Amino acid sequence: MTDASMENPGTGRRATSLTASDERTLKRAKAEKRFRLYGIIAIATGLFFLVVLFASILKEGIPAFTRTVVSVEFTLTEPQRAEAESTLFKTKAYSDLFITELNGKLAESGISVDFDEAAIERLLGKVGGTIRTFYSENPDQVGEPINFELAASSRVDGYFKGRVSRDTLQDSRFLQLSDLDLVDALTEAGVIKQVFNWPFITGADSGVDNPGGAGIGASVVGSFFMMLVVLALSLPIGVAASIYLEEFAPQNKFTDLIEVNISNLAAVPSIVFGILGLAVFIQFMHLPQSAPLVGGLVLTLMTLPTIIISTRASLKAVPPSIRDAALGVGASKMQAVFHHVLPLAAPGILTGTIIGLAQALGETAPLLLIGMVGFVARGYPDGFLAGFTEPNSVMPAQIYTWAARADVGFYEKAWGGIIILLMFLLTMNIIAIILRRRFERRW
Amino acid sequence: MSFVKLSASALAIAAVSATTAAARDNVQVAGSSTVLPYASIVAELFGDNTDFPTPVVESGGSSAGLKRFCEGVGENTIDVANASRAIREKEIKACAENGVTDIMEVRIGYDGIVFASQQSGPAFNAFEPADIFNALGAKVLKDGEIVDNPYNTWAEFNSDLPDVEIASFIPGTKHGTREVFEEKVLLIGCEATGAMEAMVAGGMSEDDAEDACLDVRTDGKSVDIDGDYTETLARIDTNPNGIGVFGLAFYENNTDKLKVATMSGVAPSTETISTGEYPVSRPLFFYIKKAHIGVIPGLKEYAQFFVADEIAGPSGPLANYGLVADPELAETQEAIANEVTMGSGS
Repeated sequence: MTDASMENPGTGRRATSLTASDERTLKRAKAEKRFRLYGIIAIATGLFFLVVLFASILKEGIPAFTRTVVSVEFTLTEPQRAEAESTLFKTKAYSDLFITELNGKLAESGISVDFDEAAIERLLGKVGGTIRTFYSENPDQVGEPINFELAASSRVDGYFKGRVSRDTLQDSRFLQLSDLDLVDALTEAGVIKQVFNWPFITGADSGVDNPGGAGIGASVVGSFFMMLVVLALSLPIGVAASIYLEEFAPQNKFTDLIEVNISNLAAVPSIVFGILGLAVFIQFMHLPQSAPLVGGLVLTLMTLPTIIISTRASLKAVPPSIRDAALGVGASKMQAVFHHVLPLAAPGILTGTIIGLAQALGETAPLLLIGMVGFVARGYPDGFLAGFTEPNSVMPAQIYTWAARADVGFYEKAWGGIIILLMFLLTMNIIAIILRRRFERRW
Repeated sequence: MSFVKLSASALAIAAVSATTAAARDNVQVAGSSTVLPYASIVAELFGDNTDFPTPVVESGGSSAGLKRFCEGVGENTIDVANASRAIREKEIKACAENGVTDIMEVRIGYDGIVFASQQSGPAFNAFEPADIFNALGAKVLKDGEIVDNPYNTWAEFNSDLPDVEIASFIPGTKHGTREVFEEKVLLIGCEATGAMEAMVAGGMSEDDAEDACLDVRTDGKSVDIDGDYTETLARIDTNPNGIGVFGLAFYENNTDKLKVATMSGVAPSTETISTGEYPVSRPLFFYIKKAHIGVIPGLKEYAQFFVADEIAGPSGPLANYGLVADPELAETQEAIANEVTMGSGS
C-alpha cells in the first residue's frame, strides 16, 4: 500500500500551493519554533543559576581576601624575649608585651577615646604566634624597631565588613560597644587598616578562636599532592586497562563481567571508597593517617572507572581504517595502538581524566574516614616526599571544617576557600586544554 | 612514555612512604564535636609554643571517637579520644578486648548546655525541665494518665510560654550532649511532672520507666541534629519558633543571632555553671592511650599543655572561648604527670 501511495502523492490530500504553506507544514514549523524556545529557556535557566551561584560566591567570598590589621612599630628587647621564651605559654607572653607597648604608644599619642589594656586585647586577634614566628625566623631583628601588621580580632574585622554593627552588638568579653569608638579613632589615626589578606592565601588552618590567622595555602598544597597521586596512578592504570579491554582482550563472558563491574563501580557512592581506604591502606597496610598519599590512593579508586569509561569511548571513536592501515603496512598490533590509535584518542582521554580529577578534587566524604577532615594545621610539608606523607588537609575538607565553626569569621573564609578551589580547578582545566590542543590531530 | 615514568615514580614513592610510615611524629586526636573547638585551640597553641608538630584533631562525635580509640594500640590508631561524656563500661570492655588497657582520663573543664531561640522570635525566656519534657517526651502525663504526647504548642501545658508550635532541634544520639540532655533535662522533667511515678504505678519497672522517660516524640516536633551546632543554628535561623540545644561557647559566639532561655530561673554563664547553679552542664574529657606515651612524640606534653593553668585555667584561652574551668585542675595536672590510668586508684 505504501508503494501505491508513493506513486500517487496527490491521493487523500488537498492540492496545495507551493507559495502558501499548508496547515501541517505550519504546525511543524511551529513545533520547531517551540522546541527552539524550550532550548533557549533551558539554557537561560542554567545560565541564571550559574550567575546566581557565581554572584553569591563572589559576594560572600571576596571579603575573605581583605583583612583588618593593627599596624604598629614594635621593638622587642633581648631580655623581654628571653623572659617570654621561658614561660609555658610563650605566644601569650609575646602578645602581652605587644599590648603593653601599644597601650603606651596610644597613651603618648593622646587619643581622645578612653581605653585600657583589656580593650586593646579585645581588639587584637591572636597576635602572639605571628610575633614569635617572626623573631624565631629573624633572631637578628631583636632590639630593632619592626613595623608589624597584626590581625585584628574577628569581631573588629566583622565591624569593617558589616558583620558586626553598633545596633546589634551586645557587650561581651569578645567586644564591647565602647571598643568600637576606639576602633574608629584608631582607624582615623591609620593604626587600624584593611589590607590584602596574604596570610589567607599562604597560611594554614588556625584554632577556632583565631579566624584572622586561618589560611588555605597548606590545604592547597595538600590538594596538589593528592591530585598528583591520583593523576600518576589513575591515568596509567586507567589507560592501560582500557587499551587492553578495547584492543586486545577477547570478547567473552569474563571480559563482559569486568565491563559491567567497571560501569557499576563508577556509580558507587564515594563514602564507600573511604571505608575501603581506612580498612586497606591504614589498618592493613599501615600507611599514615591524614596523609595526602592515602587520600590520593582512595580517590584513585574512585576516579579509575570514570577514566576507563571515557578512554574506551575515545578509543572506540578512532576509525578502524586507521588501525587497518597501520596493520596493512606491517605494524604490529601494539605499534598500531601506541603509534596511531592512542595519539588520536588522546584528546578524549584527557577530557575524561580532567572530569575524573575535578570530581576527585571536590570530594570530602571518602576523606572523612582517613583523617583528612578536621583540624589539620601542620603548615607546609618539609619537602617533596614529605608532602605525600605528612598530615595535611585538602581544600574541600578545609572549607567544610570552616563552615561548621561557631565564629562567623570562618564562614567568610569558607566562601573565600571556594573561590580558591574554583581557581585551582580552572588552572587544572586550562592545563588540560593546552595539552589537548597540542595532542589534537585530525584525520 | 612519560606515563610509565610517572607511574613508576609514584609507586616508588608509595613504597618509600610505606616503609617510613612507621614514624608518626604528630599526635592524632578524634572525637566529640563539642570538645573539638577547645582541642583545636590547644593544638594550634601547642604547635606554636613547642617544637612538636601541630596535632591533628578530627571530629565525629564522642561515641565514634571512642570507638576508633578502642580499635587497638599502634601508630595507625588514634592517641587521644575527645568525649563530652565519661567513657562507658561497655567501651572500656571493648577497648580491653583490643588490647587498649591502660587509659588515662583527663577532665578539661565543664560545658553548659543552653536552650536558645531566634533573636527576633517569640520570647522563650524561662524554662523548667518539666516544660521541655512535656514538649518533647514521647509519652507524657496528662490529666493523670500516661498518653502519647498530645501537645502542639507550648502554651497548652504552660500558659507562661508563647502560644506557638513546638519545634525543637536537639543533638542526635551519637553526640555526648544528647546523654546530658536526657539525664539533666528529660529525666528530671519526667520526675517533676509526675510522669515517672505514674509509669511505675502503671506497672512498669523503675528501669523501664526511666528509659520511657528518655524517649523523644517522633512526630516531627522534635528533630535530631546529627551535625554540628552550625546546623542547629541554620534550622533556628529559618524557624522563628524553633528552640535549639547549643553549647554555651557556641551561644556566646553568636549572641547577635540567638536568645538564650533560663533553666529553673538561672541564666547560663560561666559563673552560674561553675557554681553549679545552672543545672544543665557536663564535664568534658579526653582519654589517652598510655601505651602511646613515649612512642608518639609530644603526646604527654600535649596533655600537660592542655590542662596547664595558662591554657585551661579560668583566664586562659579556653575559658575565653566558653569553657567553664575545672576548679580541680591541679589534681588533673598531677594525674597526668604521674600517668595515672583509670582503675588504678584515685
